[in-house]
Amino acid sequence: MSIEKFQKLVSTVVPLPIENVDTDQIIPARFLKAVERKGFGDNLFRDWRYKKDGTPNPDFVMNQPHFSGRILVGGKNFGSGSSREHAAWAIYDAGFRVVVSSFFADIFKSNVLNCGLLPVQVSEEFLAGIFETVEADPTAQFEVDLESQTITNVKAGASVKFDINSYKKECLLNGYDDIDFLISIEKEIAAFEKA
Amino acid sequence: MEPKTLFDKIWDAHVVKQVKDGPDVLYIDRHFIHEVTSPVAFLGLKNRGMKVFRPQNTIATPDHNVPTLEQHLPIKEELSRLQVEALKQNCAANDIQMYGLDHKYHGIVHIIGPELGVTQPGMTIVCGDSHTSTHGAFGSIAFGIGTSEVEMVFASQCILQPKPKKMRISVDGILGKDVTAKDIALYVIAQISASGGTGHFVEFAGSAIRSLSMEGRMTLCNMSIECGARGGMIAPDETTFAYVNGREFAPKGEEWDQKLAQWKLLKSDDGAVFDAEFKFDAADIEPMITYGTNPGMGIGVSGSIPTGENLIGSDLITFNKSLEYMGLNPGDKIKGKKVDYVFIGSCTNGRIEDFRLFAQFVKGKQKAESVTAWIVPGSKLVEQQIREEGIVEVLEAAGFALRQPGCSACLAMNEDKIPEGKYAVSTSNRNFEGRQGPGARTMLASPLMVAAAAVTGVVSDPRDF
Repeated sequence: MSIEKFQKLVSTVVPLPIENVDTDQIIPARFLKAVERKGFGDNLFRDWRYKKDGTPNPDFVMNQPHFSGRILVGGKNFGSGSSREHAAWAIYDAGFRVVVSSFFADIFKSNVLNCGLLPVQVSEEFLAGIFETVEADPTAQFEVDLESQTITNVKAGASVKFDINSYKKECLLNGYDDIDFLISIEKEIAAFEKA
Repeated sequence: MEPKTLFDKIWDAHVVKQVKDGPDVLYIDRHFIHEVTSPVAFLGLKNRGMKVFRPQNTIATPDHNVPTLEQHLPIKEELSRLQVEALKQNCAANDIQMYGLDHKYHGIVHIIGPELGVTQPGMTIVCGDSHTSTHGAFGSIAFGIGTSEVEMVFASQCILQPKPKKMRISVDGILGKDVTAKDIALYVIAQISASGGTGHFVEFAGSAIRSLSMEGRMTLCNMSIECGARGGMIAPDETTFAYVNGREFAPKGEEWDQKLAQWKLLKSDDGAVFDAEFKFDAADIEPMITYGTNPGMGIGVSGSIPTGENLIGSDLITFNKSLEYMGLNPGDKIKGKKVDYVFIGSCTNGRIEDFRLFAQFVKGKQKAESVTAWIVPGSKLVEQQIREEGIVEVLEAAGFALRQPGCSACLAMNEDKIPEGKYAVSTSNRNFEGRQGPGARTMLASPLMVAAAAVTGVVSDPRDF
């Protein structure tokens, strides 16, 4: 098992300028009833994306054809609430590879990294700049480069660095998975138990 | 020696190794699992050709999606039934102890761990559920994890975790009449916001915290995730030791004496440094209730919904969206707002003390006709105690019926869904849009506030009775 490698991505973005987007919005609890990791993308943002009769809600950004891309941009405190990794899976399954916000909830951030999505935390100013750019021009391109840890608003010519733990960076660049690492130190774990 | 925080003492004692420029490999003493976040982890393990590394440190119970009526019958909803069945099979294949629906110890995972004495001071505890923070009430490091991390613990009894920062929240003084641990939690979250604790592990301290029972401490630590914190903890003391002593899986005899001696050392040293500190006065806290769609949107019951006049930009958009969803007007008094449903239960307030409080209040009164009430014990043992203490009779005389244990309407994965547009005063932990059912409007509060709403049919102040 491994995660998908991530090196560099150039894409348009899907903007969601709402704060405190919690994991119950990302995927409501009633859609967690699966025993396999597949198909969660269909229910991403379920109650915002679809009307009660199941038809797409035209007011929601994912149903507006002029917005597309593999980078999801959310308001601050993105991913708060439940620990459900299904939220990260749903975003990944819907085709996104990067999530940008000015602030991520802790468990969500771990979950995102563990499923091969890159969380990019930027300043509130830079985030506001992304929303402005994309509102004016939905075709605006953004470049996310993991090696140099930069996100570039190509049109605005603005580029900033983002933080990522160097261990997690290596994992994503190479597609490594934490469990392989933990299994590799099994003897040390057994020794710790005896000590 | 440099003074250390309680958190550092426990964390450092569980680090197997440090990854260079990376996270710590943290050893996990207790792993709780349930039907919703474990199946994909079991599948991953199976695909690697592995079995659970330390099944004896793992405990399972189905709680999230189970019905709260007629539990002896097969689960009607097919997908829920499949998840519960998968848990059973996975536990059997991996020699994990499971407390199923037919077991006398069945219940919500965060209720049964403590009541069985599985949860003990000084431990590291994880579960694929954010409210794992509950167990921190015993002076343990307990936090919620994702399914990939569940698989890590299955495979190695360890988890890779960067060490969080430390925060201390002190509440000193004497709590006012009808002010409970839930009110402390909602007050603190309203003060520091739903993201104020992000990146931190919280230690709760101060005389008001010390005065809480274990049930109250669990309620408070349970809600620590709602300020964004990784978890919350309280140094163990005589209250803690008295609670643990004699429980099914608590240490006994000589082992108890040894453990007790170690547990007594579990506190932050004088002069220990925290990355952030907050201090609150217990006298400032009144019975709380939320009006919005995150747990930080709470006010005292005598207060008014904020006007939002100081907000700008995305803060204003978020505030307006929230009040629109709730169908509430800025500036209105919260008292007197109509209530359609009440819910008492969940890992936040589903313990015996919560039902005692509720019953004391409704005794001799009658449930308002317009209100639908869901009374859901946190576990079979809580249910049994409710019956033994005669609480059922009090409830029934007042027009309330007891259901069976489970997470129920807290996250509405089973049939217990608040209908669209209806107002529910709930003892649970989240008031997110749709949390208690699509379109449901949740107001979070204590068991006493729920009781007051249940008998009046409107948001009411229990101190008025």
